[in-house]
Amino acid sequence: MDSAPTAPDVIAGEASASAAPSVARVPLVLNQRNFDWVTNRISGAVENATPRWWWVAFAISSITAVIGLFCLGYLISTGVGTWGVNIPVGWAWGITNFVFWIGIGHAGTLISAILFLLRQKWRTSINRSAEAMTLFAVICAGIFPAVHVGRVWMAWFLAPVPMQYGAWPNFRSPLLWDVFAVSTYFTVSVLFWYTGLVPDLGTLRDRATSKAKKFFYGIFALGWRGSNRHWRHYEMAYLLLAGLATPLVLSVHSVVSFDFAVSIIPTWHTTIFPPYFVAGAIFGGFAMVLTLMIPARAIYKLQDIITPQHIDKMAKVILLTGSIVAYSYMMEFFISWYSGNQYERFASYNRIFGPYWWYWWVGMLFCNCLSPQLFWFKWCRYNIFVVYFVCMCVNAGMWFERFIIIVGGLHRDFLPSSWGLFHPSWVDIWTFVGTFGIFLSLFLLFIRFLPMIAMSEVKTVLPEADPHHALPGGHHPVAAAKEERT
Amino acid sequence: MITPSGNRVYGMAAEYPSASSLYEAAKQVRDAGYKRWDVHSPFPIHGMDAAMGLGKSWLSAVVLVGGITGLLTACVLEFGPSSFLYPLIVHGKPTNFWTVPAFFPIMFELTILFSAFAAFFAWQAMDFLPRWNHPMFNWDRFKRVTNDGFFLVLEARDPRFGENEARELLERTGGQHITVVHEEP
Repeated sequence: MDSAPTAPDVIAGEASASAAPSVARVPLVLNQRNFDWVTNRISGAVENATPRWWWVAFAISSITAVIGLFCLGYLISTGVGTWGVNIPVGWAWGITNFVFWIGIGHAGTLISAILFLLRQKWRTSINRSAEAMTLFAVICAGIFPAVHVGRVWMAWFLAPVPMQYGAWPNFRSPLLWDVFAVSTYFTVSVLFWYTGLVPDLGTLRDRATSKAKKFFYGIFALGWRGSNRHWRHYEMAYLLLAGLATPLVLSVHSVVSFDFAVSIIPTWHTTIFPPYFVAGAIFGGFAMVLTLMIPARAIYKLQDIITPQHIDKMAKVILLTGSIVAYSYMMEFFISWYSGNQYERFASYNRIFGPYWWYWWVGMLFCNCLSPQLFWFKWCRYNIFVVYFVCMCVNAGMWFERFIIIVGGLHRDFLPSSWGLFHPSWVDIWTFVGTFGIFLSLFLLFIRFLPMIAMSEVKTVLPEADPHHALPGGHHPVAAAKEERT
Repeated sequence: MITPSGNRVYGMAAEYPSASSLYEAAKQVRDAGYKRWDVHSPFPIHGMDAAMGLGKSWLSAVVLVGGITGLLTACVLEFGPSSFLYPLIVHGKPTNFWTVPAFFPIMFELTILFSAFAAFFAWQAMDFLPRWNHPMFNWDRFKRVTNDGFFLVLEARDPRFGENEARELLERTGGQHITVVHEEP
């Protein structure tokens, strides 16, 4: 387990050479690592022999993925009757899973784009893997709306192309907005991720030992040679992609929420949905980032790059967004009471005391509202096990939340005679489990073949990267780093 | 410029021990009046554009054009079918011009999509990438540029370039491992 280096501890260790500074910052990369160490440690994860745990993990996740793909094949060849959906619950796990996965993706874009615009330098240690997570989560998300339509071969009706009956899609429908939002989000995320990867692919190309590696990394590195005339346009392109991705990520989950908010179902028809969904997406996504990064940093010995300080900051984001989510839950109840509308009031009452009561008590109340409140305490933010426990609660809680919103709104229809519950079939369950297999398989392939941390970006936060960095007594990074902090 | 063995010369290159020494060297080369030269580093060095005498990148102008194209595309895509080709009446709701806010989400998404493609392709076009072979790759030490190497190269096509002057300038700015880089390996 990690000890928690606090600012005074780190300074105390170095105070022998220089007087303690009045304002101290814990460095983003610990132990005064130099550029070469960063390159070796991160590239090493790709270049060293494939570890045995990787094969075991990949075997399990890829078998799970194959089961999921089999379920999708069975669903498509047989029909949506293989899912448990029926009247009145016409949307259930499929759309729950869609919202769940797409929400997870949002944390990656928040880290890579929004924190970049806010000049949060700590993002450099986690942005690459978080962006990869975004792509894989959006791939998993995209499966569900595509297959839930039933006749998948008709999905092209969503595309605005001329067809023989002359009819066009309804551009005023949130479902069509969703098609545009999610496909744009995936495309822009790929472009942003790949742009950031190019300098690091150049590193792998230059370190490649076999001809095949040199060829493949070389092709995708585009001949990158670190020229400052290139960096100039590259940095502008990266800044603009971040600036474009920022409103995009906020729009995507807003549009997802419009799928519900524009309908007239009690508890769906609310104006609070767009901000509430966006906060929930970031909340759930940060939990998934930590779920993946805490094991990865331990396995690949990246503790000097992904430091306790990084985990602390991510925990604070979870606390903030979790509190926004909790506020939104309270506001939903308040508005349903204040509206005086009997259907809204009943739906809210039913959420707490109806047939799905324990989903609310466990999922929404305990996992989403209460568990992140532990992060008010510094001890909890610096304790890996507490952090991991909270992240697991949030991962589960956010899935329950979407289920409650969707099925909770539908299962008690306006007419009591059409009330009914949702019972998932084995196809429902294994399709969802299968998407975890797809997600983890893709993530394992990513950490095996691509640098999981943005090397060229981490190097910029080292003290030696500063052009005004004085080097007393020649090139001596340790002395220089001490000099830097005084 | 051609060496006695008949190899065309790309330029004269030197390695520097740190980002700060490369930064100082760049300022001196800029002040010496060179135009065809470049520095290479594993990461973008803050302030290097000014040290090289380069202005702000004009890539943003291309992205603006991309964004406007995306917005206009969305307008044509939405108003064309919904107002002229096949006005679709859903649930008896109005289809007049005042329903235009319902078109905003797709206008927004396509603006972003086209801008992002513009940024991505403009970056590569303006950097002349992909370019898989380059004279600098002929120098063995240059492999370190993606790790921890800092390099400066004066190109032979610069009017001020002369073998002795270039070497002298690189030495004076603290360059190490000064080398002539050839066009062909």
